[in-house]
Amino acid sequence: MTPDAAAWDALRLSLWVAVWATVLAIPLALWVAWLLARRDFWGKSLLNAAVHLPLVLPPVVTGYLLLMAFGRNAPLGRALESIGLQLAFHWSGAVLAAMIMGFPLMVRAMRLAIEAVDPKLEEAAASLGASRQSVFGRVTLPLILPGVLAGTVMGFAKAMGEFGATITFVANIPGQTQTLPSAIWSALQIPGGEGQAVVMVLMASAVAVSAVLLSEMLARRVAARIAGT
Amino acid sequence: MTLSLSVSHRFAEFALDITLEAGPGITALFGRSGAGKTTVINAVGGLLRPDAGRIAVDGDVLVDTKRGIFVPPHKRRLGTVFQDARLFPHLNVAQNLMFGARYAPKGSEGPALSDVISLLGLEGLQTRAPATLSGGQKQRVALGRALLSHPRMLLMDEPLASLDGPRKQEILPFLERLRDGPLGLPILYVSHAVDEIARLADRLVLIQNGQIQAQGPLFEVMSNPAAVPLLGVREAGAVIEADVIAHGADGISTLRISAGEIELPGVQAPIGARVRLRVLAQDVILSLTRPEGLSSVNVLPVQIEDIHPGDGPGAAIALRAGTDRLLARVTARAVAELGLSKGTQCFAILKATTVAPGSIGR
Repeated sequence: MTPDAAAWDALRLSLWVAVWATVLAIPLALWVAWLLARRDFWGKSLLNAAVHLPLVLPPVVTGYLLLMAFGRNAPLGRALESIGLQLAFHWSGAVLAAMIMGFPLMVRAMRLAIEAVDPKLEEAAASLGASRQSVFGRVTLPLILPGVLAGTVMGFAKAMGEFGATITFVANIPGQTQTLPSAIWSALQIPGGEGQAVVMVLMASAVAVSAVLLSEMLARRVAARIAGT
Repeated sequence: MTLSLSVSHRFAEFALDITLEAGPGITALFGRSGAGKTTVINAVGGLLRPDAGRIAVDGDVLVDTKRGIFVPPHKRRLGTVFQDARLFPHLNVAQNLMFGARYAPKGSEGPALSDVISLLGLEGLQTRAPATLSGGQKQRVALGRALLSHPRMLLMDEPLASLDGPRKQEILPFLERLRDGPLGLPILYVSHAVDEIARLADRLVLIQNGQIQAQGPLFEVMSNPAAVPLLGVREAGAVIEADVIAHGADGISTLRISAGEIELPGVQAPIGARVRLRVLAQDVILSLTRPEGLSSVNVLPVQIEDIHPGDGPGAAIALRAGTDRLLARVTARAVAELGLSKGTQCFAILKATTVAPGSIGR
């Protein structure tokens, strides 16, 4: 049994969407993780709850909320469409859905890595004349880099597997918005489609397992690095 | 380069209220833990925002709460050496050192990497990771890193407190070199170890419960009878300077102090060197007549300058010995029985064990 063209299309789209979602989410996730780890401000627990919301909400609810906000008839959706950015029923919407669903996992991993860095090292760097940006770039970031990469891999894996929010927000249009999970689901609806479903399940599993293994490896390195060995 | 500081800060347990100046040389802040020493260092370094006060280095205002000035730590150009070395674990020794140099202002005066490596004996350590260094080596790298940032002043917060005896002995000569060397950097040095201070400090500030109890030149404060309870009765005692004039074949050296000559064992310094002697108050015995037939030969004619009764049975007595001031701790009963009072001429007997090799400096 070999993958048919639709399976390859779905894999390609999933990888494309997941890469975009991850790359766009990294800076924001890093900033939010730093805020949660290092700053005290009003509404911190609110931000924390908001970040984690997609983890606890049924994905279909997240998808529905996205549709409410960015649908073609919603004010925000209409505003974006007027500048040429359509999200609903478009692969860019799948990027947004995947970003939101993977975000809590990325923030979590990065926050843990930042919290493992002794703030005294950052104080020492500042005492030597490094500005807050330099301290982050030269001390904090190198020390948390493995954690950032681990969080990125987790976010990527989540983006690859995202189904509920994606299918609700951007539907399941083959070749346009049909990601690998959506394609598997579609194959299972067609009599005799189990064969292709199994092939795509193997594809998805291979990507997911590699992502988790990579993430584990990087997590071990963060510990070793901060211990200074 | 002079630091002027006047800060007050309220904590849950006590209120800190400190005014001091620190010029060239080492100004030591001494006090028990919780006295407020580290608060002062943190306020100067910018890690703590005092409730009220003003901090300036020469004319450059770092903090002025009245005018709403608070210069962030990285713009203060003060090098800090912390108790824990705080080396960056992802950088090797050379990279840690250069981290300091990276932020030194262009064209600023100060030591180069090679100067720091030879001053602090860091040859051969450049490629090592911080985790593989001993405590003393880490602290030397931390000191070098701070020096290379070309600070206007060094802040040292108990830099030796986490090291054992031999490691301390390893660092002390470097700190002395720094004090006496050409860099001439003012150093604010926080410690709760009297021996370190006796060896290193030029000026001493005694802090208790967030208030300054005494401050001035080291020799004055150490021989101030009122300072005895602050330093601890076992640790209190004058620090005086002496010139080494001879080393005997039997290991006993002769030193000249302003009141005469004394003989001590274990003096490492060469003939002609000027050393610091620490004369513990509890090791000084007073006699109204010149004692004869004693095992100790260190007998100095002295005059009582001040008698400071303590809370317990003891009394601290300030003695004029030549141009130096010594401190003796005797019982209040002895003061009464011998009829000691201000102006009394008597003899001080110094035990030859007074000066431990580790407390001979310079």
